[in-house]
Amino acid sequence: MKVLVAVKRVLDHNVKVRVKSDHSDVDLTNIKMALNPFCEIAVEEAVRLKEAGIATEVVVMSIGPKAVQEQIRTALALGADRGIQIETDTMPESLSVAKLIAKVVEDERPSLIILGKQAIDSDNNQTGQMLAALTGMGQGTFASDVEIQDNEALVTREVDGGLQTVALRLPAIVTSDLRLNEPRYASLPNIMKAKKKPLDVKSAAELGIELRAHTELLKVEPPAERQGGIKVASVEELVDKLKNEAKVI
Amino acid sequence: MDFELNEDQIAFADMARAFAQNEMEPHAAEWDQEQLFPVEVLRKAGELGFCGLYSSEDVGGLGLSRLDASIIFEQLAMGCTSTTAFITIHNMATWMIDAFGNEQTRQAWCPDLTAGQKLASYCLTEPNAGSDAASLKTSARRDGDDYVLNGSKIFISGAGSTDVLVVMARTGEEGPKGISAFAVDAKAAGITYGRKEDKMGWNSQPTRMITFEDVRVPASALLGNEGDGFKIAMKGLDGGRINIATCSVGTAQAALNKATEYMHERKQFGKSLASFQALQFKLADMATDLVAARQMVRLAASKLDAGHADKTTYCAMAKRFATDACYDICDEALQIFGGNGYIKEYPMERYLRDNRVHRILEGTNEIMRVIISRRLLMQDAAEIL
Repeated sequence: MKVLVAVKRVLDHNVKVRVKSDHSDVDLTNIKMALNPFCEIAVEEAVRLKEAGIATEVVVMSIGPKAVQEQIRTALALGADRGIQIETDTMPESLSVAKLIAKVVEDERPSLIILGKQAIDSDNNQTGQMLAALTGMGQGTFASDVEIQDNEALVTREVDGGLQTVALRLPAIVTSDLRLNEPRYASLPNIMKAKKKPLDVKSAAELGIELRAHTELLKVEPPAERQGGIKVASVEELVDKLKNEAKVI
Repeated sequence: MDFELNEDQIAFADMARAFAQNEMEPHAAEWDQEQLFPVEVLRKAGELGFCGLYSSEDVGGLGLSRLDASIIFEQLAMGCTSTTAFITIHNMATWMIDAFGNEQTRQAWCPDLTAGQKLASYCLTEPNAGSDAASLKTSARRDGDDYVLNGSKIFISGAGSTDVLVVMARTGEEGPKGISAFAVDAKAAGITYGRKEDKMGWNSQPTRMITFEDVRVPASALLGNEGDGFKIAMKGLDGGRINIATCSVGTAQAALNKATEYMHERKQFGKSLASFQALQFKLADMATDLVAARQMVRLAASKLDAGHADKTTYCAMAKRFATDACYDICDEALQIFGGNGYIKEYPMERYLRDNRVHRILEGTNEIMRVIISRRLLMQDAAEIL
C-alpha cells in the first residue's frame, strides 16, 4: 500500500509573527521556516503505517519554490521514502494546491493520502476537502486515530460533540489533527540519509495545471494590542461596562 | 570562504535545538538542584546520534567533522550546559577508543558507546598532576598478558555511573613519553569510587575520585602503543577544548536570549528595560562578544578538521577566549535580571555556575596562554598568523 503525504512550508511555530509596515502581508524576511506541524503529524502517521508493515512506500510531496525542498528533506529524514516537488514561483492558493495534488494522485495512485488539517500560516483548512471533491474519494478530516482494516480506513474524527469514527473505502483522504500522534525527532543518521533519497522536481505546467488566483489579499493587520485593565468602583459600573463597552451581556 | 551553515548543518542544528528545548531545558534546573544524572536522556541522545558524532561509521559513529559537532553541541548546550558537557566528554573518550584502540577493543566498546547504551569517562587528572599532567603517577606495570594499574584519578566526570574509563597511566620513564592510554572496564576488580564531589556547577553529572588498586587490564586494552598516552591525551584535548568552548557559547546564547526577552518584559521608572541606553549598549556588547567567540571556536574546529599545523594553538586560543567571554556574557545577563538573576527561580545563576568551570578544565585558561605564547615565541618557526 502506497501512502502519499502532502506537506507545506510555513513559518516556524516558535517565531513571533510580524506584519510588514505597509500591511501588505506578513514579513518573512529572515524568518525561520519549518514543516507545518500538522503536516509533520501526517508524515509521522504514514511512517508509522510503514513501520507497522501496512504501508509499503511513503511518498512526500510539497508545492512551492526551491526552498520547499528543505521541508521535503525533513519529511524524508522522518522516514518517508521519496519526495516530489511541484515547483511554482509563489505559494499557490488552496484550490490550485488541491488540483496539483490530485494530478500527483492520478500519477502515483496511492491508497491513502494524508494531509495536515490546515497550515498554521493561512489557517484555511480546505485543501484536504477540496482534494476529496476533485478526486471523488472519501475523506476523514480532523483525524485523531487511523486504523487500516482490509480495504478500509477507520478514521476517528475530533468533532465538536466528541469523537466520531468513519469507515472510508480506500483510496481515501485523511487530514491529521493535533492528537493523531507525537512526531519523532529525525535522528542525525536519518538526516544524512535523507539527502540520498530520490527527490523529483516537476513544474505545475508539466502537470498541465494552470495556477489561478481566486482571492486577493487586501491587507494584513496585527491583532490589537492588549489594553491594561482598570478597576471599577461598583457592581453597577461593572455591569454597565460589560453591557455598553464590552457588549458581552 | 563561506561563513554560512550548509543544508546538513542547518538540519542537524534544528533537530538538536528541538531536542534541547523539549528534553533538556524543562528539566535542567531540577537536574542541577537534585544533582540528577539524566541517564535516560543520554540514552535518547544516543538513539538520535549525539553520542558518536565524530567516531567512525563502522562502529556506529557518524564520522562528522569537529565543526559539525560544534554546531550541534552549541544547540544542546542551550538546553543544559552540564549534561551537554558530559555528552562532549563521552564523545571525546569514545573517539579515543575508536581512533587508537585495536579492533578487539573498538568492537568491544564503541558500538554501545556511540549508541549511548554505555557511557565513557576520561581519566587524566590526579591529585598531584593537574595542569602538570605529564607528571602523573598512576602506574601500569606489565605482567604477562596484562597490565596492572595502581594510583588515583580525581575530578572524573561521570565516574561511578559510566561503563568504560579511558585512563592515562605511566608505563615507562618520567615525563610525557612514559605515559600510555588504556580502555578500562569501569567495573573491573580493584577500582573504587570516591564520594560524589559537591560542586559549584555541572551538577547534572557526578564527579568522583577513582582509585586503582592492582587493577588487571588485558594488554589488548592499550590504546595506541606504549608511550603514546600523552600524545593521545593532547590530541583528545584539542577537540575537548573546542567542545568545552562550544558549551560556553551555547550557554551564553541562552543567557543572551533570556536577557533580551527580560528587557522587553521588565518595567522600571515607567518604561521597559529595553528603553534604557545603558542596558541597550550592554546587550550590544554581549552579542558582539558572543559572535566573536562563536566564530573563533568554529575557526579552531575547521583548523582541527583540516589538520592544520597550528591547530593546537588555535584550539587553545578559542578555548581561552570563548570560555572567558561567554562567562562574562552570562554574568552581564544575570546583571540585567537584577535580584531575579541571583535567585534560582531563573536560570541565570545556573548559567554562570555551569560556565565557570570551563575556564578551569581541559587545561586552565592560564595553560592555554602557555600553549599560545610558547608557539608565538618559538625560534625559527613559521609565522602563525
